Amino acid sequence: MKFPEQVRRLAAVTAVVLAAVLVVRFVVIPASYFSTKLHRANAVKREVARPVSFAGVLACRECHEEQFDAKSHGYHKNVACETCHGPSAKHADDPMTVKPYAPRDRKFCPVCHAYDAARPTGFPQINPTAHNPLKPCITCHNPHDPVPPEVPHECSACHAQIARTKALSSHALLECTTCHTASEQHKVAPRSALPTKPQTREFCGQCHASGAANPDAPKVDLAAHGGAYLCWQCHYPHQPEGME
Amino acid sequence: MNKRQFLKGMILFIPAGQLLETLARQAEAAGPGKPKPAKPDAEPDMGLGDYQPADHWYGMGIEIDKCIGCNRCAEACKAENDVPQEPFFFRTWVERYRVMHDGEARVECISVNPQQRGELQEDRDVLRTFFVPKLCNQCAHPPCVQVCPVGATFSTRDGVVLIDKDRCIGCRYCIQACPYGARYFDHRTSTADKCTFCYHRITRGLLPACVEVCPTQARIFGDLRSKASRLVRFQRMNKIGVLKPALNTEPKVYYAQLDGEVR
Repeated sequence: MKFPEQVRRLAAVTAVVLAAVLVVRFVVIPASYFSTKLHRANAVKREVARPVSFAGVLACRECHEEQFDAKSHGYHKNVACETCHGPSAKHADDPMTVKPYAPRDRKFCPVCHAYDAARPTGFPQINPTAHNPLKPCITCHNPHDPVPPEVPHECSACHAQIARTKALSSHALLECTTCHTASEQHKVAPRSALPTKPQTREFCGQCHASGAANPDAPKVDLAAHGGAYLCWQCHYPHQPEGME
Repeated sequence: MNKRQFLKGMILFIPAGQLLETLARQAEAAGPGKPKPAKPDAEPDMGLGDYQPADHWYGMGIEIDKCIGCNRCAEACKAENDVPQEPFFFRTWVERYRVMHDGEARVECISVNPQQRGELQEDRDVLRTFFVPKLCNQCAHPPCVQVCPVGATFSTRDGVVLIDKDRCIGCRYCIQACPYGARYFDHRTSTADKCTFCYHRITRGLLPACVEVCPTQARIFGDLRSKASRLVRFQRMNKIGVLKPALNTEPKVYYAQLDGEVR
């Protein structure tokens, strides 16, 4: 096998250049020049040094033990303080001058509790337009230990119009549950578990029949008054004295 | 100096320089009281204190049935990480999925327009609907790291993919490569940016901001190396799915009750 002169010379030059490149790359230039460790360590250092803006629940607990205990057995026990009060690391560092935000209006609570079909079933949701319009949520619900309010507040949350009418009537002091029985299921699925309504003249007669125990209620003789009509065919129970 | 002299000089200069450097190093190492230069294979200082990155391997669990789509996570993330306030810049965000009766899945990002949230009325055509929080999946085999032409994005020992803002040239290859759309281009610094699992918080023993503020515990953060961590318990108690498993990116964000329609 015989190579022409020019090929051999070219091969020799190529070999020399290749050897030189390899020597420069692996011997002359120190390994640290190619190492990514230093610049990555600097990137990590910068990342780690960034300031924290959420202090964390444990930091809040150090001073606000009382609120923490109130919250710890309620429905909001797993809601961190800073979920509602906003990032408060600055407040934790300097409690006197920096005060965290406290939502008190109606805009904040519906962020979680407004009705949305995509929310999981059973999560407490309301319709903000119908549910006690214009009232701040905190007038009825304690945000640190939210419990559903009692009757009649509870009923008026959805049946606001009836509640307002009744509040001005002579039945104002009667609770909704005096005449209606609503199951727990009614609060979750109102249309599938309807509350009861009085069915007979005798139900109203418990207070309004002559000889009934209640001394304040006006009395009628059930046998003579109104013939066969049911009471609520003439008297609207939520405003029995009628419109003036 | 002519060309021939210059080339001769260069041939001598390079090995001579190397020889001088070696001599200087040996003299320095032999000198008493002087700190030895850092070896290239030693771990440089990262400002982590006692924290050992090699002892951890972080991941996040997301329970879809618990997410109420309140968007607290996305807002907390913006507050914690200095993400631009305009919509379309998110390190984490929440999507609403609506699967219709004809099988079509409609997706919208509820983090984009807070005013439109809650306006959605009952729709008879919807078969099922739910929220899916999303963020960088911190893949064990991250495509974004593979494509970065300058090595600016990298995986740390504890399994978090970080970006070196000083190296990033803003070429946006990583944004294209991410199959989860988790990266965005920060126009203020002209670099790519994405979720870091709040690396500055987790190395101090705090939870990531989104996990901290989640009111329903839909997000769970933990260390997969520790058997006692909440995330390992979460993986044990739930059927776990990851996004786009066919891409073999090995995401470390684990979803419980993941619907087949979620992409």
